[in-house]
Amino acid sequence: MRKEFSGKVAVRDLTLTVRQGEIFGFLGPNGAGKSTSIKMLLGLAKPTSGESWVLGVPSGDVAIRRRIGFLPENFRFYEWLTPAELLHLHGRLCGVDSGKLTQRVPALIDLVGLTPHIHKRLQNFSKGMLQRVGLAQALIHEPDVIFLDEPTSGLDPLGRRMVRDIIRAQRDRGATVFLNSHILSEIEITCDQVVFIREGEVVTSRDMRTQQEEAVRVEARARKLSPECVAGLSRWSASAQVDEERLTFTTPSRDSLPEIMRYLVAAGADVYQFTPQRMTLEELFINVMGEDRGF
Amino acid sequence: MGVWIMAGITFREAARKKILWTALLAGGGFLLVFGLGLHFQAGDFRNSAVPQFLRYQVISAMLMIGLYTVDLLAVVMTTLTSVDTIAGEITSGTIHAIATKPLARWQILVGKWLGFVAMSGVYVAIMFGGTIAEGYWIGGVLAQHPVQGALLVFLECVVALSVTFMFGTWFSTLSSGVIVLGLLGVAFLGGWLEQMSGFTEGSRLAMVGIVSSLIMPSEAVWRRAAFEMESPLSGSLQFSPFADVSIPSIAMVGYACVYLLIALGIAVYHFGERDL
Repeated sequence: MRKEFSGKVAVRDLTLTVRQGEIFGFLGPNGAGKSTSIKMLLGLAKPTSGESWVLGVPSGDVAIRRRIGFLPENFRFYEWLTPAELLHLHGRLCGVDSGKLTQRVPALIDLVGLTPHIHKRLQNFSKGMLQRVGLAQALIHEPDVIFLDEPTSGLDPLGRRMVRDIIRAQRDRGATVFLNSHILSEIEITCDQVVFIREGEVVTSRDMRTQQEEAVRVEARARKLSPECVAGLSRWSASAQVDEERLTFTTPSRDSLPEIMRYLVAAGADVYQFTPQRMTLEELFINVMGEDRGF
Repeated sequence: MGVWIMAGITFREAARKKILWTALLAGGGFLLVFGLGLHFQAGDFRNSAVPQFLRYQVISAMLMIGLYTVDLLAVVMTTLTSVDTIAGEITSGTIHAIATKPLARWQILVGKWLGFVAMSGVYVAIMFGGTIAEGYWIGGVLAQHPVQGALLVFLECVVALSVTFMFGTWFSTLSSGVIVLGLLGVAFLGGWLEQMSGFTEGSRLAMVGIVSSLIMPSEAVWRRAAFEMESPLSGSLQFSPFADVSIPSIAMVGYACVYLLIALGIAVYHFGERDL
């Protein structure tokens, strides 16, 4: 998909596939086109060119929305409603019958931890509480695909954990979760697959279940590291750095580590320590996006 | 089904806005002042030698002025309560949670429109009914065709509402409000210019009024309502500001109906096409 606003490109060429039943992380710096992309997938905005499908039908199809849930970023709604009234309204809009709503609404309010506030109006809710009730409305009709745009912004650590547990529970019942979040640590421990986008294009993707096999950061301590020896590491890594006896580099695959170690020894280096470290998503993000891009 | 859910929630939303209650409070104040005025005027007439015929005409003219005030209050209240519902919810993002539910965009817009139509109907019924009742019980006069008059004032509100919705799909809340109030101002001025042209049979002045009414037919609908409600004698004697000097035809009422449908149609189309 491509999206332009008055000639300005917001999404250049987004092509991606989300597998059914996975938690999909959508990452990118500010202005990368994440929210615009989600809007196009939900039919809130029309692509300038290209097309997309959700659950096998073109995005924006009215009938299929019965199987789609959405938590917008900074969820807000009529502030004079109570959480129960809001959920009943959204449930009715999704075609859930009143008998089922009578059971489901209190259960969902309990799930998002708002039972003590069930009779309060939304105008008295904090941002975090609004996020919780927004999450509940996204789940009221037990959708097959759930789009969550920054679901943990405004939440405390307990709230984040609650959201994480809810997301996993949704996956376990077979739903697909499309997650847009700035909190990389959350993405890292929640998502099955992650896509990095920049300027409206997919830069790279990572399968988080095998991610540690794909990119490894190594910290070594060695003496007699000649400039030629360090330069020779470029066969495996473009980011080798030496600070006195401390050598650090990142290599795309764990499989190359024995070969690198043999190379260092053969090049005359005395290696005292060689520690592969799992690359955090944040490091991966910076590695992919480059630093100082306003993220 | 989705249309009626939206209409219901919009009616409740509109009914909770401060502007509605402020307008009703102002309306209550108006009814109080109007009732007192009628009471004092009727009392003064009882102690005077003013002929019965003239007394009736004066009280009738007061009733028409009262109904005109209700008309202005209703149109402005309808515009101000509804101006935020499309533009504001797009700006704030509130619309995102609704527009991703399984209902078409036209259902959202028409549902909201119906909610405000109902609210305007209730407001017009309360204010119009109150004014007519005061005129009858205190002043002893009754409008000629109050139901037709009330329906025409209601039509005027729906015209203003549809235009407000139309601009709300394009512009921000503030811009939409300014544009619609500006159009109502054009209609107000045009209507009175057309009325004035009747005294001198000035065709050029009348043309300005007609064009203004075509741009925004709200005031023309009111003048038709005034014609329907005013006693034939008051109208022909030109005893009130709404005398039968220049009466908009039934065709103008038809034009207003078509006008509002076109405005609503444009609103539905543009709301359906635009990015949210």
